Amino acid sequence: MDTSFAQRRRRDLIVAVCLAAIAALVPLFVKDVYVQNIMVLTLMYAALSQSWNILSGYCGQISLGHALYFGLGAYTTALLFTKFGVLPWFGMLGGGLISAAIAMALGYPCFRLRGHYFVIATIVIAEIALLLFQNWDWAGAALGIDIPIRRDSWLTFQFTRSKLPYFYFALVLACVAWLVTWWLEDSKWGYWWRAVKDNPDAAESLGVVVFNSKMGAAAVSAFLTAVGGSFYAQFVSYIDPESVMGFQFSLLMALPAVLGGIGTLWGPVLGAVILIPLTELTRSFIGGSGRGVDLIVYGALIVLISLARPEGLVGLFSRRRKGAVR
Amino acid sequence: MTAETIIQSLASGLLMGLLYGLIAVGLALIFGLMDVVNFAHGEFLMIAMYATFFLFAFFALDPLLSAPLVAAALFLFGAVVYLLVVRFAVRAKANAGMVQIFSTFGLAIVMRGFAQFFFTPDYRSVTHSWLGGKTVSIAGIFLPVPQLVGALVSIAAFVALYFFINRTDFGRALEATREDAGAVALVGIDKNRVFALGWGLGAALVGLAGAIMAIFFYIYPDVGAWHWAASAACSVRLPAASSSVWSKPPPH
Repeated sequence: MDTSFAQRRRRDLIVAVCLAAIAALVPLFVKDVYVQNIMVLTLMYAALSQSWNILSGYCGQISLGHALYFGLGAYTTALLFTKFGVLPWFGMLGGGLISAAIAMALGYPCFRLRGHYFVIATIVIAEIALLLFQNWDWAGAALGIDIPIRRDSWLTFQFTRSKLPYFYFALVLACVAWLVTWWLEDSKWGYWWRAVKDNPDAAESLGVVVFNSKMGAAAVSAFLTAVGGSFYAQFVSYIDPESVMGFQFSLLMALPAVLGGIGTLWGPVLGAVILIPLTELTRSFIGGSGRGVDLIVYGALIVLISLARPEGLVGLFSRRRKGAVR
Repeated sequence: MTAETIIQSLASGLLMGLLYGLIAVGLALIFGLMDVVNFAHGEFLMIAMYATFFLFAFFALDPLLSAPLVAAALFLFGAVVYLLVVRFAVRAKANAGMVQIFSTFGLAIVMRGFAQFFFTPDYRSVTHSWLGGKTVSIAGIFLPVPQLVGALVSIAAFVALYFFINRTDFGRALEATREDAGAVALVGIDKNRVFALGWGLGAALVGLAGAIMAIFFYIYPDVGAWHWAASAACSVRLPAASSSVWSKPPPH
């Protein structure tokens, strides 16, 4: 078993490197800005969903309030840059650390809750944060923050003429999130998390410190999510509470992982590659009427997939593989 | 702040709270019955409000008269939702909790989409009704009549629900299914039927609340958006946590 697991991990890594290399070459052939925009968003959501998957998939603590960490990342970067002239790179790091700290502070009371109660707590906390930011004048309140455009440079991480730098950064972000997950999967933490997910009481009795391992998962997950938020703030260069902390982000982060396969390495990637282009395309082709057809299609898809394939689309691949061996 | 202000806010809060309680009790019923949080509960409220509005707009029916009709319609709707969606969601072998959350979530999004499609995002309101805009004054405290009636209806509904669950066969079947769905099947009670009726009952209660809220609240596709559900879900925590629902091991 061990060797086949090790083999699988090696193969995963090789596949990931190949996919990343192919993805890096795509913009050479695809010059259309609209398509490039979709690709950036796809990669960003792949990264976000991967980070969400660490807490909710591997550790089993389903969070529907990750928009909080996303928004904190975006706000830290934007505020540090506009108020103090701190470069976004430091904002990204700072936002990540702040988010991780807050995730642990919130985890302290919340990880005592189980099941639906934990889910509801995450929703409510994110919504309280949204209200706070909507009323916080110094941080732009409901109007949000316009990030001033200086000039195109990696130093200020602003590019007005081309989407390519954003694309490559998003690719790096997705790869980092994937690699962190890949590395954690076979680490002490990864085993703890899966034990906590499957049966916290049994895990506790075998010496896993359930509470601490949940805290670890929350910190890693929040850090990576906040980095994604910082990236998003730079990418759209305008943020307001609803657009970075709204509930839809919590949902959009969770959905790719759910669709692809929650608690799996490839689930979030697969889910994002299918879901995000689909979202964008339904929105631009049938959502333009403003009558919510995109919502109907999108929602129906969520219902159907969650009912028909509860283990995610990744299950399709592994089942076939198993069949081939037999 | 004078004593009058405090009493005034307490009274307003209490009236609104009772109405919220009516929304939440439907949610708690479903949650207590089968450990499923209905994330589309707010959308149930939304369609109840729309139903009330259209009965008013087309048939000039006062919300008070349409309330029983709306509750009956929502009863059917809730049962259908159980039979078409939730029945399959609770069967999921993998990621059971996840499937329940996302199937009802997806349903909420679909319902909101349909509302936007058929009813447009425009704000509607029941412009005139028997109770709308009226207030009564008791010892200097002003109470809006719609909320007051809403509170009375809520209390009546709570009492009726209590007797229904404790004194009728169906109520006992509901309780028994909550405790042990497997054993209930052995004595010949169809689990699915009980669950469907439970969903119908939960939806009917929120339908009643929606009809009354339509008197004094704007109606638009997002009105039931999740913060209704979340605030209601929070109130579920109190009754549910105090009963033994959550401490029992998950059903297999």
